[in-house]
Amino acid sequence: MIRKLVGFLDRRSGTAPLLRKTLRYLFPDHWSFLLGEVALYAFVVLVATGTYLALFYRDSTKDVVYHGPYAPLQGQHMTEAYHSALDLSFTVKAGLLMRQTHHWAANIFVAAIVLHLLRIFFTGAYRKPRGLTYVIGLLMLFTVLLEGYLGYSLVDDLLSGMGLAIGYGVALSIPFVGANLAALIWDGPFPGSPAFFSRMYIAHVFILPALIATLLALHLALVALRHHTQFKQTPRETQRKIVGVPTYPGQTPRSLGLLSFVVGTLFLLGGLVQINPIWLWGPYHTYAAENGAQPDWYLGWLIGALRLMPSWDFVIGHYTLVPNPFWGGAAFPLLVFGFLLLWPALERRFTGDDGYHNLLDRPRDAPMRTAVGLGVFTGVLLVFLAGASDRVDVMFGIGYSAQIWVYRVLVFVAPVVVGLIAYRVCIELQKGEEVERERKRAEAEADAISRRDQLAREYV
Amino acid sequence: MSRAKDFLVSGAVLLVSRLRRKPKLHGRERVVPTGAASPGWELVALLLLLAAALCAVGFIVVYVLDRLSHQTQWLGLSLGLSFVFLAAALIVTAKHLIVTEELEDDYPLVEYPEEQETIAQVVDESGSRLTRSGLFKLGLGAAGGAIGLAVLTPIASLGPGIDMDAFVRTPWRRGRRLVDEQGRPLRAADIEEDTFYTAFPEHADKEELASSLVVVRLPESELRLPPELARFPANGIVAYSKICTHAGCAINLYRTPLFKPIEPKPALVCPCHYSTFDVATGGDVLFGPAGRKLPMLPIYVDANGELRAAGNFDGPVGPSWWGVRMRKPENGSGA
Repeated sequence: MIRKLVGFLDRRSGTAPLLRKTLRYLFPDHWSFLLGEVALYAFVVLVATGTYLALFYRDSTKDVVYHGPYAPLQGQHMTEAYHSALDLSFTVKAGLLMRQTHHWAANIFVAAIVLHLLRIFFTGAYRKPRGLTYVIGLLMLFTVLLEGYLGYSLVDDLLSGMGLAIGYGVALSIPFVGANLAALIWDGPFPGSPAFFSRMYIAHVFILPALIATLLALHLALVALRHHTQFKQTPRETQRKIVGVPTYPGQTPRSLGLLSFVVGTLFLLGGLVQINPIWLWGPYHTYAAENGAQPDWYLGWLIGALRLMPSWDFVIGHYTLVPNPFWGGAAFPLLVFGFLLLWPALERRFTGDDGYHNLLDRPRDAPMRTAVGLGVFTGVLLVFLAGASDRVDVMFGIGYSAQIWVYRVLVFVAPVVVGLIAYRVCIELQKGEEVERERKRAEAEADAISRRDQLAREYV
Repeated sequence: MSRAKDFLVSGAVLLVSRLRRKPKLHGRERVVPTGAASPGWELVALLLLLAAALCAVGFIVVYVLDRLSHQTQWLGLSLGLSFVFLAAALIVTAKHLIVTEELEDDYPLVEYPEEQETIAQVVDESGSRLTRSGLFKLGLGAAGGAIGLAVLTPIASLGPGIDMDAFVRTPWRRGRRLVDEQGRPLRAADIEEDTFYTAFPEHADKEELASSLVVVRLPESELRLPPELARFPANGIVAYSKICTHAGCAINLYRTPLFKPIEPKPALVCPCHYSTFDVATGGDVLFGPAGRKLPMLPIYVDANGELRAAGNFDGPVGPSWWGVRMRKPENGSGA
């Protein structure tokens, strides 16, 4: 049977050699290598559930009156877009399951990408010859953030409208061209024309997913062409030799198992754990707002940065060069992405290490990288936490403005402190290992000597 | 004694397996080594697969019945569990039912200098018939650049990219009445202290950013408006744009001493990034990221006791952009 199938394929494509190589491609065995795979499988779920949602969603801002089964919104004016999202939640069979699974998948998709990025960063997997793979990965993360933002903006409930208003504020704040760019995107000042929703929709369901899929294909192709990196777990792993489990039979059931597990978990979450109950927020109006509004977690660092910025527009004469939201909403994320993009080159410069690396570092092996990376991570994490300070105020009664002032200081101090401590810890761990190696060597030597003495005594 | 027995048993096993071994296919060596059978784990995997199938059927049943009280939860539970059982079966397969080989392979070469050189040579040598190659490249660049620009030009159709008037236009004119969300005029006598009211221009689009207002009343003694605004408090009632000058959210928090004795000044607060505006001084920023004061709309009380606009905002409404400080909304006193 399998012979027939392979023969059929080979005679029509001549791909048997390629297929054979693929089957015996080696996957090094380490749990942290699964993070990227989790992201890939979450993307599969996003495409599948998203396609289903797209069959029911209407990208129209036409004003309609709600007469559906959800009583509290009876008779309310709303856009057709929001109406269709409500229908997906209340009248389409399995619609709510798909909508919630889609939302959960988006959150977990980004989380898996970020963890994958941290693994890549702290093990130095971005070094030659995988620089391009790394850059494409970063581009994907950027695209994915935008894609997620558009996704929850399409629902057109009160929360998504507020998110769009902020996005508009950030777009306006871009120096020199902001207002012109925003007028192009929204087809006029906020809230824009009905065309804007069609634009978001086509971007969310076609342009950005197609871009992500293309980048994903390139990313995976480059991974395969260069082969995976590996940790030095035994003497067998070297810069020239990769040790791992072949695609088939070893890796296939593992990967399919992980795929099933990710899909299963996402459906369990989508069915059992409520996420974004859009019917509670009501329709969006420019003059309405919701207290304690929080975006999806992966935009928390941006809301934090927007909040931390003190009151300041950069003005020259009557020309507003840099309106305030630019710092938190655009400059800060660009700075973080810029750091991640430039770090490999900076590291090559400072360490003078321009070589190829198939073996991964442990964080302690590269103290400078670990220190700088943890410092930057601490800064971003603090800004992220600052985004939740209003919830902390409400829940624990710690004054909001006091918190903001603490964060404003901490974001500059804590990264330096954390970086210094991390550097120290790495050095100490290295020294500890050195002592351990020394002890083993001494013990072996002592053993050899005592054995030789014993032999000498026996033969005297 | 036991050693002899071991030899005997192993010899027998060896013999049996020899006899039983299938003839080698075309005399080829095995690629994947053999492994020991584990019928127990095989049974576990089969049971897990069965559980997955049952859950999947359960999903179809729940979907078709469509009358359970927690439809979404049952759907998610059945479909989710079927995938989780499948995952468990596959992991059991990976761990116990297949041979896990740890193989070695060479990393591919990092570069192929010979091929690189050939490619460069092919490209170089292909231009041998050109006499003015520099000029030719310039021509290609010009054509490519211009065509690129040409096909991008229609993007301008997306919106009014250079018409900045729309950013300062407002529906407010002198004499225009303030109405509530249902279109009823706001009466000065109904405006109380320590609460806020949302108002709109009569007969205008409520969704336009420059439409919505927050109206509050303060004791007249507490007002400290700057001179150019000072003649507009209508018996202590002041009106501000409802759109935050930071990022365009609607302001919907009113901090007054009534609720928070420790906070000294009555202030309007945006719930998105907590820009805080002083209502007594014409909308100055007290805290938070907003870089501009909240635009104030001068109002007056007409003969019927209703609130009307006395002119236009004292600055552009909504988030800042490059030209936001260049012009003010035109004074619509002509209306």
